[in-house]
Parts: sequence; structure tokens; C-alpha cells
Amino acid sequence: MQALYAQLLVGLINGSFYALLSLGLAIIFGMLNIINFAHGALYMMGAFCAYFLLSVGGLSYWWALVLAPIVVGLFGILLERTMLQRLAGLDHLYGLLLTFGIALILQGVFQNYFGSSGLPYAIPDLLTGGVNLGFMYLPIYRGWVVIFSLAVCVATWFVIERTKFGAYLRAATENPTLVRAFGINVPRMIALTYGLGVGLAALAGVLSAPINQVRPLMGADLIIVVFAVVVIGGMGSIMGSIITGFTLGVIEGLTKYLYPEASNTVVFVLMVLVLLVKPTGLTGRAA
Amino acid sequence: MLERVRGDANSVQLRDHLAVEQLEAWYGDSHVLHGVQFKVRPGEVLTLLGRNGAGKTTILKSVMGIIGKRTGSIQFEGQDISRASSDRIARLGIAFCPEERGIFSSLDVRENLMLPPQVRDGGLSLDKIFDLFPNLKERLTSQGTKLSGGEQQMLAIARILRTGAKFLMLDEPTEGLAPVIILQIGELIKRLKLSGYTILLVEQNFRFASTLADRFCVVEHGRIIDQFEASELPANMEKLHQYLGV
Repeated sequence: MQALYAQLLVGLINGSFYALLSLGLAIIFGMLNIINFAHGALYMMGAFCAYFLLSVGGLSYWWALVLAPIVVGLFGILLERTMLQRLAGLDHLYGLLLTFGIALILQGVFQNYFGSSGLPYAIPDLLTGGVNLGFMYLPIYRGWVVIFSLAVCVATWFVIERTKFGAYLRAATENPTLVRAFGINVPRMIALTYGLGVGLAALAGVLSAPINQVRPLMGADLIIVVFAVVVIGGMGSIMGSIITGFTLGVIEGLTKYLYPEASNTVVFVLMVLVLLVKPTGLTGRAA
Repeated sequence: MLERVRGDANSVQLRDHLAVEQLEAWYGDSHVLHGVQFKVRPGEVLTLLGRNGAGKTTILKSVMGIIGKRTGSIQFEGQDISRASSDRIARLGIAFCPEERGIFSSLDVRENLMLPPQVRDGGLSLDKIFDLFPNLKERLTSQGTKLSGGEQQMLAIARILRTGAKFLMLDEPTEGLAPVIILQIGELIKRLKLSGYTILLVEQNFRFASTLADRFCVVEHGRIIDQFEASELPANMEKLHQYLGV
């Protein structure tokens, strides 16, 4: 039983990263109509940002949680203003190629300077150790990752579904021309939205640093699964991305316990099944 | 001399609210407006008449800045807006109600109503809006597109009245609606005119337009081919029948 709980916890943690990343992808896709293949690289940059803040600036994990999403988010806004915005109205393929190219360049640059092996990032003092829950031993940092990610996902959902900014965002996703004709600076909103989605990826990167180390290719490995999660959940649905992210993490964990050989493929098998039955994804609307 | 006192309310009163000259516009490669020229006086209802595809909607879109390419001069309250972006034009005080109404399905009725930002003082308060459109008050939490066609049209007009814009462009507000709703919209437009709004109306429903408009411009093949005052309507009926093919 201990092993089952341990795998479920690993599943929940992976699920947290899936949820944060697919949430950002969904927001970006809704507003920019771009499938952001650079997402994994930006997640990696979040982790590196935390690493630099600590090793160069002496700023702790807690600072990184705030600063890394802002720094990487601003970098994202720069990418959007200088490159992505030129693709507005073009076929998805262009956005895919451009963001994939950006991902390769970023990963290549980091690999050139830091190699492929991981850089260590210590768990912050406050979150070290663990508690014995009776049925299992819970490392505090891992519990923190799950709870904090869930809180960020719910907060993001709230901002999009229940606030004025969210109303602008939803409206501009549906009909940007009309929203702009009401006097709202839509191009600026699009840049901010990209920054927001990218910031979420960077946040996931910071959370991941103490668990998975900081590696140039950390995002490349993860993003493939995240895209499967997004396809299963349905592109463009906020709540759908969150729920699917966590659920698939848990399913993956369960598979590791029940039939470890399939744990790397179960998400893709589910993706195929969902696509066969419901091509728009579980919560997606027909385009 | 008046040109120099930009922003002075009196100068605006004396001038045309909107003056369009030599307006050309394109959708992609196709050239759709060919030197459109007309003026809208403050406080009047001007109706653009014309057959389907004549270019009426394109004229509104060009004024609003939501068309691919446009050239010529568009003066709004004395400022040239022919190169301005649509968000800036909206902020100067032009409000647009599109033909397809543009109600957002991912927003509820209240969010739809509150979406356009206030661009000037003097927009209608929510209470005032609910006086005018009691139906909307009862359906605030409904999904925007779950409203009936008439209610959606009311919502589309209500939300631009909140903004404080005094220059309204309404594109076929009666299209596809029941006669009783059309009457209500007619009454509303009359009230708006009495309260000093300037209204540029595109309408296929000539009978409806004839009860409201102070002046008419006839659009054909992307040009204004004729214009006359409401008082000259009887004398021009025969010509109009020819233009519109009714």
C-alpha cells in the first residue's frame, strides 16, 4: 500500500505541472490562436531563473516564486511583440514552426553553457523534511507543490471567469475586432495574455527545480506529455485543462503502481482513445 | 478660426459631427468604397440606404477603423480619424452596434452589458438602462447568446449607451426581428435623438427608416449617389424605388 500512495503522490505532483503548463497553453491558444511549442523551454527558463536568482543574486526560493514568472513573462511579452504578433491570422502551422524554433534555440543556448546534466537546487529550509501521515510519509515540499499549484490554478480560473479583465479576455478570444472597437487596446491585452501564460510555465519551472533539478532539456521531456494532456482536455478550456492535468497525473501514478511498463505510454493511449471518441477533447467545443 | 479651438463644445456644435471625404476602402484586394462623401450633423439621424452589397456596412466599418485598408479623410468632431486605430476611435466617442449584434457567448448578460469601457461622462446609468430595457434586468445572469434576437439587439444597443459616446452607428438594428420589437427599437431611437445623440443608421427596412431619419444618403457600388432631407422624401419616392428596387 505504501508504494501505491507514493506513486499517487508522484502522480499528483506531475499532475500539478501538467495542470499549470496546460492551463497556460490553453489561455495562449484561446487568445493568440497559437500552439505555443516554446512552452517547455520557458518552463525551463523559469527553473534557471530561480537558479540564477539564488546563485548569483543570493535571492531565495520565495523570491524566485515571484520574480521568475515576472522575468520570464516579460521575456514572453518581448517574443510576442517582436515575433508572434506578426503571425496573427495565419495558419496554425506558422505559429507552431516559430515557437518550436524558439524552443530549440533557447534549449540549445542553455545546453551550450550548462551542458545536459542537472544543476542542483535545494529545497527551501522552511519546506524540508516530511510528516508521517500514518499510512504514508509525506515530504513537505511535495505536499506544498500540489497545494500551491492547485491554488494558482484556481486563482487563474477565477481571474478569467469572474473578473473584468477575464471578461475582456473571453470576449477578445471570441471577437477581438469588436472588443477593440469598444475602445480596448486588444494588441496590448494579447501581449499580456501571452506573458501570463508564459509566467505560469515559469512558475511551474521554479516549483520543479528542487524536485527535478535544473536542466536545459527539462521542458522538452515534459512538454510532449503536456500536449497530450491538452489534446485530451480540449484546447481552450480553462477548467478542462486544470482537471485533466491533475487527473492524468494521478492516472499515470496509478499505472506506475499497477503496471509500470505502461506508465510512459498511458497518457498517449488515453489521447488516442479520446480523439477517436471525441475529437475536440473532453471539454473542448467544436471550432 | 473654429478649427483652432479644438475640444470647445461650441465649436463641435457648429461643425459637422462627422465629415467623410473621398473615402476609399478595400477588403483584401477588392476595392469596395470609391470616394464616399457625406456629413452627419450634430443631433440628427442620418440613414444610409442601398441594396445588399452596396457598401453601407463597409462605410460604418471604415469610420470605426475595422477594415483592412482605407484612405481619404474622416473628420470626427474636427479631428482626423482616418488613420486612427479602432480602440482610439471608440475612445473619442463613436460607438458601433454591428449588424450581427456581437453578443459574446462566453459572457453573461451583465458582463456583456458592462464590457465596453466608459469613454466619456454622461453615459446612461444601469438604472436608466433597466428602465429602457426591463427584460435585460431579469436576465442578467443568462448567457448572452441565450437571449432572444430582440433581447440581444436591445443588449447590443444598451451596452453602447453606457459608454457615454454621443455618436452612435447602428447597422441594421431591425434585421430579423418581429414587428413589435421593431416598433420598440424605433421608439428608442426617437428618444435617443431627443436626448441629443447623433445617429448614423444603416437600414434595409425603408419603411422603418423613413419614420426616423432626418436625412437619407443612397449608397450604390461603393459611392453615395444621392442624398435628400426627410421633407423631400415624397418628391423623391420614385427615384428611391429605382435605387432600391422596391
